[in-house]
Amino acid sequence: MKELQELAEQLINGYSDHVARLTQELLDKGATPQTILNEGLVAGMTVVGERMRSGEMYLPEVLQSASAMHASLKILKPHLVRDGVESRGKILMGTVKGDMHDIGKNLVGIMLEGAGYEIVDLGLNVQAQKFVEAIQTHKPAILGLSAMLTTTMLHMKTTIDAITQAGVRANVKILVGGAPVSQKFADEVGADAYARDAVKAVDKVKELLAA
Amino acid sequence: MPTQEAGKPYSTLALRSPEELMFGRVPKPVSCGYGLQLGAGAVYPELNFTLPTMLIEEESWSSIVNQYDELGEMIRRTAKRLHLPGLMIEFELLPPMTERPEWGAEITRVLDSHLKKAHEVDGLPCALRVTPTDIRDAIRPPLLRTGTEWETLRASFEACAEAGAHVLSIESVGGKELNDEAMMYGDVEGVMFALGVLAPRDMQFLWKEIVSICTAHGVVPGGDSACGFANTAMQLSSQGMLPEVFAAMVRGASAVRSLVAYECGAFGPSKDCAYEGPILKAITGAPIAMEGKSASCAHFSPVGNVAAAMCDLWSNESVQNVRLLSGPAPEAFLELLTYDCRLFNAALSTGSERIYQRMLVESDIHLSAQALVLSPESTIRIASAIVRERTHYRQTIAAASEALHVIRDAVRNKTLALAPKEHQWLDKIESALVALPAGEGGIMDSMIDRYGHLFTPSSYGL
Ligand code: B1M
Repeated sequence: MKELQELAEQLINGYSDHVARLTQELLDKGATPQTILNEGLVAGMTVVGERMRSGEMYLPEVLQSASAMHASLKILKPHLVRDGVESRGKILMGTVKGDMHDIGKNLVGIMLEGAGYEIVDLGLNVQAQKFVEAIQTHKPAILGLSAMLTTTMLHMKTTIDAITQAGVRANVKILVGGAPVSQKFADEVGADAYARDAVKAVDKVKELLAA
Repeated sequence: MPTQEAGKPYSTLALRSPEELMFGRVPKPVSCGYGLQLGAGAVYPELNFTLPTMLIEEESWSSIVNQYDELGEMIRRTAKRLHLPGLMIEFELLPPMTERPEWGAEITRVLDSHLKKAHEVDGLPCALRVTPTDIRDAIRPPLLRTGTEWETLRASFEACAEAGAHVLSIESVGGKELNDEAMMYGDVEGVMFALGVLAPRDMQFLWKEIVSICTAHGVVPGGDSACGFANTAMQLSSQGMLPEVFAAMVRGASAVRSLVAYECGAFGPSKDCAYEGPILKAITGAPIAMEGKSASCAHFSPVGNVAAAMCDLWSNESVQNVRLLSGPAPEAFLELLTYDCRLFNAALSTGSERIYQRMLVESDIHLSAQALVLSPESTIRIASAIVRERTHYRQTIAAASEALHVIRDAVRNKTLALAPKEHQWLDKIESALVALPAGEGGIMDSMIDRYGHLFTPSSYGL
């Protein structure tokens, strides 16, 4: 549909007003909210992700596209809820205990949100118990842990152990990342995946949810 | 060391031309620790090391102290082996070492005792810089002037000063809570507000306190670093998330908030990760620590050589205490820094320093806008733009604008090539700077509207 393509293009350009208007027009013309979401918004954000990966777009531009997507979602949400359309997946995120580096984690959250996932961000310096409680409350499909210090990265293990002890480990897939973290470390602490950067994190989440 | 009118923005340059800006030399050398003279005609290594993967807790504490003790031994051994003429050691506290001031103090004592022996027994001029962690942003929005975090940070400074620190520094974070967000959105107005309004206010509060602790204990108030602002921008740019011209603009602008430490009585050496150091040196005449290619153990950068062009201490920023084929990584990096410093010092003693400096500068500045703004010529231009203005807000905008003019001139002269997208951003940032109101009062309301959820005005005396 031509309008869906236009919606995706305006989203890529980051024009929130146009995207909101086109969303309403598409709904009025009878397009289903799910079609608008997948063929307009997610399709547009996929291009945004690719352009960021290839260096054609910088973060501020990506964020403009993300805002445009939010403008559309605001209109779509009641329709999606009414039709029982579920989000692509809920992701719980946080920087582990003792660590105040959060810009990397924030970027990962932004990229995932842009890819259509629902993010619950617990912030920084998050205790293991808080992660456990949040898993029980929010029931996310994925937990994302970030650590930037050699002296906090082991709190990923403490957190994963606490989640196992609480009996909820089987309910979530765990993704880890941060400057000192590696695939080897992820394996050692019992995480399900490791991502080097925010763009890779989106790929890993897709893989984890498909598995 | 006399400062200019206490608490007031600088209005003059200590070094007026690029030719006067040289590594190893400053108008106001600093003596610290055990006979170490900084900026008096030589460059010395500043070694910093950190712990490998481990938790810092009661059970691991004695093994942590042992690691620092062994590193102290290593320093003496290596200094002798390499005929080191002088050395600065930095102990950068990890968060739990600041949260428990007695822990930071214990390691300070261990390192000081090794340096004391190195001086008394081996004759090594040396000093210990101690850098507590700015833990005030453990809660968001940060409480900067009151509360447990601030009280504990203050206690950590006191305890480290008492335990034998010779120089005190910090990478302070006031304004970062807003700057992070503004940078991600490419919001120039937000960045100027964070760097030109909030950060200087916090620096004034914090550095008055640090200077008074230093004065009471006979410790040198070193300086601060805009790491949380400009190095975050540098990392964002290296990950392809921000344009390089944006990171270069932030670098220039960030010098103003770091300068506030000197307005409050700090007198150097500045912190290694403060790549804004050359601007601080040009304005204050104080010695600076810098890091570049030999800090690639800590993070990558496009400014590896040019960062060395005006340094007085040359640092590795931080390396994990892990074993390499040669030996412990800190020993390997001390050797690396020592050889780097031999080159600086041989250049100075043979009268070849200008040629050597040119090589350091020329090898980087045609490849990166961030490197370009660190050259001696750019430094003097940005520093001059700063001292022409009377308020921190105006100074910050002036520094940002001049950094962009420097880049634009180089593009025009075809000495720097920018990708088309970088060009677009250069225009965009310039227009945003031009559109800013003349006084900070003009953006206060809109900034509180846009970012009020991120910061607490009372933390900045607002
Ligand atoms: C869930 O799945 C995932 C998947 C991918 C994930 C992920 C989660 N999380 C991250 N990723 C990945 O994707 C992100 C986006 O692409 C990436 O995130 P990054 O965060 O890596 O990338 C960001 C976009 C940009 N990167 C950054 O902003 C970090 C850069 C460096 C230089 C750095 C900075 C700037 C800062 N710091 Co800090 N800092 C360093 C950093 C050096 C380095 N090698 O990284 C490092 C990590 N710091 C260090 C230190 C020592 C410290 N820091 C501290 C403070 C700070 C600032 C506040 C000043 C500043 C703020 C950073 C911020 N805004 O979050 C202190 C500790 C604070 C604390 N309690 O946590 C302090 C202790 C210093 C002190 N004494 O004050 C060192 C670590 C030493 C160690 N033992 O591990 C360090 C290597 C620098 C150094 N000195 O060598 C990936 O890692």
